[in-house]
Amino acid sequence: MTAIATEYEVVIGLEVHCQLKTASKMFCGCSADYSGAEPNTHVCPVCLGMPGVLPVINEKAIEDIVLTGLALNCSIAPFSKFDRKNYHYPDLMKGYQISQYDLPICRDGWLEVEVEGERRRVGITRVHMEEDTARLLHRVDPVTGEPYSLIDVNRSGTPLMEIVSEPDIRSAAEAREYLVRLRQVLRYIGVSNANMEEGDFRCDANISVRRRGDTAFGTKVEIKNMNSFRAVHDALVFEAKRQIGVLEAGGRIEQETRGWSDERQATLSQRSKEHAHDYRYFPEPDLPPLRLSAAFVERVRARLPELPAAKVERYRALGLSAYEAATLAEERPRAAYFEQLVAALSGDEARRAKLAANWMLGEVARWLNANQAEIDRFPLEPAALAGLIEQVASGAVTALVGKEVFDQMVASGESAQAIIERQGLAQISGQDELAGLVRKAIAANPKAVADYHAGKETAVKFLIGQVMRETRGRANAQVVQELLERELKK
Amino acid sequence: MSELWRLTAHEAHEGLRRREFTSVELTQSVLERVAEVEPTVNAYITLTADLALEQAKEADAKLAAGAATPLTGIPVGVKDLIVTKGVRTTAGSKMLENFIPPYDSHVYENLRRAGAVMIGKCNMDEFAMGSSTEHSAYGPTRNPWNPALVPGGSSGGSAAAVAAGECLVSLGSDTGGSIRQPAALCGQVGLDPTYGRVSRYGIIAFGSSLDQVGPIGRDVEDVATMLDCIGGHDPRDSTTNPEPMPDLRHYLGRDIRGMRIGVPKEYFISGMEPGVAARIEEALGVLEGLGAIVDRDVSLPSTGHALAVYYIIAPSEASANLARYDGVKYGFSDRSAPSMWENMEQTRAKGFGNEVKRRIMLGTYALSAGYYDAYYLKAQKVRTLISREFAEAFARYDVLVTPTSPTVAFPIGAKVDDPFAMYLNDIYTLPASVAGLPAISVPCGFSEGLPVGMQIIGNFFDEGRILQVAHAYEQASGFKNQLAPLAAG
Ligand SMILES: [Zn+2]
Repeated sequence: MTAIATEYEVVIGLEVHCQLKTASKMFCGCSADYSGAEPNTHVCPVCLGMPGVLPVINEKAIEDIVLTGLALNCSIAPFSKFDRKNYHYPDLMKGYQISQYDLPICRDGWLEVEVEGERRRVGITRVHMEEDTARLLHRVDPVTGEPYSLIDVNRSGTPLMEIVSEPDIRSAAEAREYLVRLRQVLRYIGVSNANMEEGDFRCDANISVRRRGDTAFGTKVEIKNMNSFRAVHDALVFEAKRQIGVLEAGGRIEQETRGWSDERQATLSQRSKEHAHDYRYFPEPDLPPLRLSAAFVERVRARLPELPAAKVERYRALGLSAYEAATLAEERPRAAYFEQLVAALSGDEARRAKLAANWMLGEVARWLNANQAEIDRFPLEPAALAGLIEQVASGAVTALVGKEVFDQMVASGESAQAIIERQGLAQISGQDELAGLVRKAIAANPKAVADYHAGKETAVKFLIGQVMRETRGRANAQVVQELLERELKK
Repeated sequence: MSELWRLTAHEAHEGLRRREFTSVELTQSVLERVAEVEPTVNAYITLTADLALEQAKEADAKLAAGAATPLTGIPVGVKDLIVTKGVRTTAGSKMLENFIPPYDSHVYENLRRAGAVMIGKCNMDEFAMGSSTEHSAYGPTRNPWNPALVPGGSSGGSAAAVAAGECLVSLGSDTGGSIRQPAALCGQVGLDPTYGRVSRYGIIAFGSSLDQVGPIGRDVEDVATMLDCIGGHDPRDSTTNPEPMPDLRHYLGRDIRGMRIGVPKEYFISGMEPGVAARIEEALGVLEGLGAIVDRDVSLPSTGHALAVYYIIAPSEASANLARYDGVKYGFSDRSAPSMWENMEQTRAKGFGNEVKRRIMLGTYALSAGYYDAYYLKAQKVRTLISREFAEAFARYDVLVTPTSPTVAFPIGAKVDDPFAMYLNDIYTLPASVAGLPAISVPCGFSEGLPVGMQIIGNFFDEGRILQVAHAYEQASGFKNQLAPLAAG
């Protein structure tokens, strides 16, 4: 950062639109799972906005948004309502969007983020429910070269949550971290795939800058059209610099909407405040107000799983490092596998956690990487993997053999026990059996023996290696070392 | 079999049940009557004669199988904002001149399940915005009592069709008086049910918090039969009452001795025609004669504000409801301009009539930033006030009685250029609409040879009570089955 930049503070608030993965749409019975479907096949008079049709609230969507609110530490409104947001656009079937204006379902929550070791709570102003629009597909006539647009109504009316943060975010890195944590929570509670590239997780940002120490906010600019976490980060970095540049040049920030251009790597002005929409919100007369009883909220709360932040705390309390805890808790299925693995092992919990973490972040992660797979495609049940881990931990097989058995297990599905027995891979710890091999190694390697006597400690390692090769890794290295040293000192 | 079209629905039902005639014969009789008088009346936008005869045949089979309901085989008219699958539904607008819906409204589904026969889609003020049926893109409907006069509106086609014998009963819709006022001006019975009694699924929306479908018939019994068919909970309309429908027939033929009837004095204002005032006074005498206790000293002070409240809330809701008509998806589409936005604008400029545009502008203005609190929000507060006054009144009275309209039918063209004079037509029907209360208009005699209507307003979901009073009055007064003296054209 330049000296000038450090005199300024960046103030960011994020608005995230997140599609819920309910079975049906928000206000009609059409299937909301239209990915890969032919355009305009998941439609009915209601989501097409035909004359005289009426919306009916999808109760599952309400449950999901309440679950989201609870996961984001929001209070749930016992009384809320839907409103009409009026604007014209060809992707908006009714000419208005059913949304929530002044009485959202969830408000006043927070989400914890951690950047460079510093933990902060970012306030959540509100989470409200609305319906998605249709999708416009822009085409060019190959003959005339004229541009035209097609409308795919499949997305119209699918349930959409809008999650609005307080202007609590102070850097582009923090904004990205907020999005990562938010996406993680939404996936954890299973309400959304929250996939930014697929468009079911979209982010707009409000950003302003002010001199450090100022209490009043600067004029904010809205940034749209950011289609990846990286784009959000880069757009905010660019925009903060731009605004500081304008102020430093003695200019004024104009309240406007700007769009991020990936090609130009810049934000470009789209709409000034004079052309801002007047959405003319008013209460949706086709839907009665929403009254959520305390009993309903408690029923939903019972569905709330342990959230990633709590998991990380718990894993750390078991003695795992910050990195281990965060990596294991990153995705819910991974955490679930880890926890099942811990449960399938024996001994005290800290020992089991450490063993499970080592294997999860070692062999399992290696296999997943090599196969470009997520944990749900990992072929071994936690109990089967635990069987192998116990064999290694108890010294029944060596660590080296353990890796080999692991590979055979994922390939064949056979148990560790069976593979070890059938192939005779059990560790050799017997002094009698190993003594002969040790003597043989000494006899065959006079140079190493001479090195040893010349004071070269590493010569022992070489001789251990020879025994290991002879036993195909099954020899207990510690016993071999003791025997070697005893034999060499004779 | 001659002039079966003169029968009421329940008379026709008796005839059908006794095999005196078939539904096909009844339907043919009505279609012949339509052919005679429709050139004069213009009650229908779309006639569905072939469909009607097909449905009549089905009805006859049902009748023969002994599976008939009171509406099986009965020819009905259906207001053209009630969506009918496969049958053009225009809402009286050029915007929907070619709109053939791929779905049915709840009320039409119910009519069909009951075996009713649809003669056609009734004319109306465009998107139900009007009180005279002059604001139709398909020409005005004429009052069968005098074709130089309006039939009232917006359900003018539905009322005129019943009065002229072009159907036995019909469905209209009421937002601020659109069933009751034309029923009064055409000498028929018209019922606006409690908001939430009848599903609005498939009713082309005007003012969503006010719209309600209801029947128009030649007597109270027919109207009760129709409401019984169309009313009740519909999961597709979240604003419908989940309670089951009461047995409306239970209320017909019961005396009204000791019934407490309030007459709010705010409804008897200057501007009311003396003939209308006189008929209402006579009707109150009849009710007293039947043993009802009539209190003429009731006050509902906020009554006068209903007009302002209505003309803010209904246009506000309409401004959103009509936003979907942009020529992109269905209906009229002007594609002469080079750009999409211009085409959308041109579509709306050419597809909507002036009254519709006026109300879209009114509503858009009332909802705009900086005006919302002063108009829409204030209107909602006054609406609550009006409801509270009604609630207080219903603590003391079983029903309220008022005139339906300050005047009898007026000449075509007399008020069409004076929106405010037109709006005043609904001054007596607006308060109950704004409060969401059920109200019925029943004929109570004539002034200058034209029908006068009396309005009976009931408490929420108390349609039974207003039907009881209406029926008792009808039996005592004999003002029923009033076919207009309209000669074949
Ligand atoms: Zn749908």
